[in-house]
Amino acid sequence: MTYRIQGETGSWEVVIGLEVHAQVISASKLFSGASTTFGAEPNTQVSLVDAALPGMLPVINGVCVEQAVRTGLALRAKINHRSIFARKNYFYADLPQGYQISQYEQPIVGEGKLVLDMPDGSSRTVGIERLHLEQDAGKSMHDQHPTRSLIDLNRAGVALMEIVSRPDMREPEEAGAYLRKLRSILRYIGTCDGNMEEGSMRCDVNVSVRPEGETELRTRCEVKNVNSVRFVMQAIEAEASRQVQVWESGAEVKQETRLFDPSKGETRSMRSKEHAHDYRYFPDPDLLPLEFDEDFVDRVRQSLPELPDDKKERFITDYGLTPYDASVLVVDRESADYFEAVAQGRDGKTAANWVINNLFGALAKAGHSVADSPVSAAALGKLLDLMASDVINGRIAKDVFDVMIGTGGDPEAIVEERGLRQVTDTGAIEAAIDAVIAANPGKADEVRGGKEKLLGWFVGQVMKATGGKANPGLVNDILKSRLLGG
Amino acid sequence: MALDKTTVANIAFLARLDVPQDQQEALAGELSGILTWIEQLGEVDTQDVAPMTCVADLALAWREDVITDGGYPARVLANAPEQLDGCYVVPKVVE
Repeated sequence: MTYRIQGETGSWEVVIGLEVHAQVISASKLFSGASTTFGAEPNTQVSLVDAALPGMLPVINGVCVEQAVRTGLALRAKINHRSIFARKNYFYADLPQGYQISQYEQPIVGEGKLVLDMPDGSSRTVGIERLHLEQDAGKSMHDQHPTRSLIDLNRAGVALMEIVSRPDMREPEEAGAYLRKLRSILRYIGTCDGNMEEGSMRCDVNVSVRPEGETELRTRCEVKNVNSVRFVMQAIEAEASRQVQVWESGAEVKQETRLFDPSKGETRSMRSKEHAHDYRYFPDPDLLPLEFDEDFVDRVRQSLPELPDDKKERFITDYGLTPYDASVLVVDRESADYFEAVAQGRDGKTAANWVINNLFGALAKAGHSVADSPVSAAALGKLLDLMASDVINGRIAKDVFDVMIGTGGDPEAIVEERGLRQVTDTGAIEAAIDAVIAANPGKADEVRGGKEKLLGWFVGQVMKATGGKANPGLVNDILKSRLLGG
Repeated sequence: MALDKTTVANIAFLARLDVPQDQQEALAGELSGILTWIEQLGEVDTQDVAPMTCVADLALAWREDVITDGGYPARVLANAPEQLDGCYVVPKVVE
């Protein structure tokens, strides 16, 4: 299904590129020894370097370099052994230096790619143009005083990775999948916590539109600082529709920076950013080129965990999962590890079904995450064993699972305590069946007369009579031989 | 390279310098003179010369990722023209 906007003059294609700012996980800042911890008292985590006092010089944090390289490797990207820091000049109260130390012409990471897992189970590849290291700005607070803004520099100088995609996406859903996948990878490798609500991952969206069939790109607009996956998708729809209207009215879309207002569902121009693209970049004379050798890159490469794409492939091959189930399970390491612990030595597909359909649903309802699940992987595994060895049937297993979610109890103990063991005693089942048949002679005759669909009704009645504990296979077999003589 | 008055006004705005209109013309002349003088460098053949980003042939020194600084908000704010609740106070800047 292709996403198109139907205008008055025809069908329009949307072209989307994303710039993600991901806060690097490190103890101290990119160029100073001040702490990066979130939520401290204002200006307590600021060095004189971050406050840009005269004469202070930046010194690069080795771990931030490693984190950028680690992320580059996870994005299958070209790692540049030599990169340059540049000054990006702009004037704003939360940027005490008057420039941001960033990378311009020679970033630390070059071209890479990201594979999107779409909801229908298919995959698409989006190109990564570059990843570079830069400083975060401070925080402005506009709501603390009627006429003044307050500035806290705790965040100023924290390392960011700016990750720029190619304009390869064509629908809002792809942009959502891109962000989810990028976040998943960053969390796997521990380079960014990916928390969009707290602002440790922020997204600028580049949107343009063109009539279906046109191959040239038209002028794009940049929608700044959209802070959730859902808002990114909404902002794209709103901005693309606006641009279609502009073109169709005979006007031209002009390149500008816009803001998305989620409450109104529309974007508006940011006048203050009119000069925003006049950054007058130049190499930062305070910093020498950043250089490292292939040994360094190899050491970082060896520290990488199994990545989501590789894990997904392995789950499909080793456990026979569908691509969709595999992609759901590998979203975060905790879920993947949990699934593997359950699937170990058992049927992979059954394990996946239980983890995805029963466990995830129950956890979401109870507000738990996989990490603090009341049902351990070992306990869920035991429950599957009880089913596999016919101690309980599938229906009872769901009841036992509900008890486990509520109490965290052991499945075997729950089955014993509540007498839920499956009835496999043929005599008992036969007695129940005979009683049901005797109570419903009319319906029994109908089955005998060829209305086999009614057999299901009889199975239900017998299950009810045995408190759901009868082995459904046995019930079926005996019923058939009783009613159809087969 | 010659700069005109409009370019000078724009550069002044970006640098937040207050250059009165009646000085812009003169400044344009002075800046153009400096740029023209620098442009003499264009006469040098740099065909096989790698771009230089720094004068010394040194590599960048790396720091360990440890917290060694911060924790002195009073020093950080010492030069602030105005402060409140541990923050710098500036004219309201908001969209």
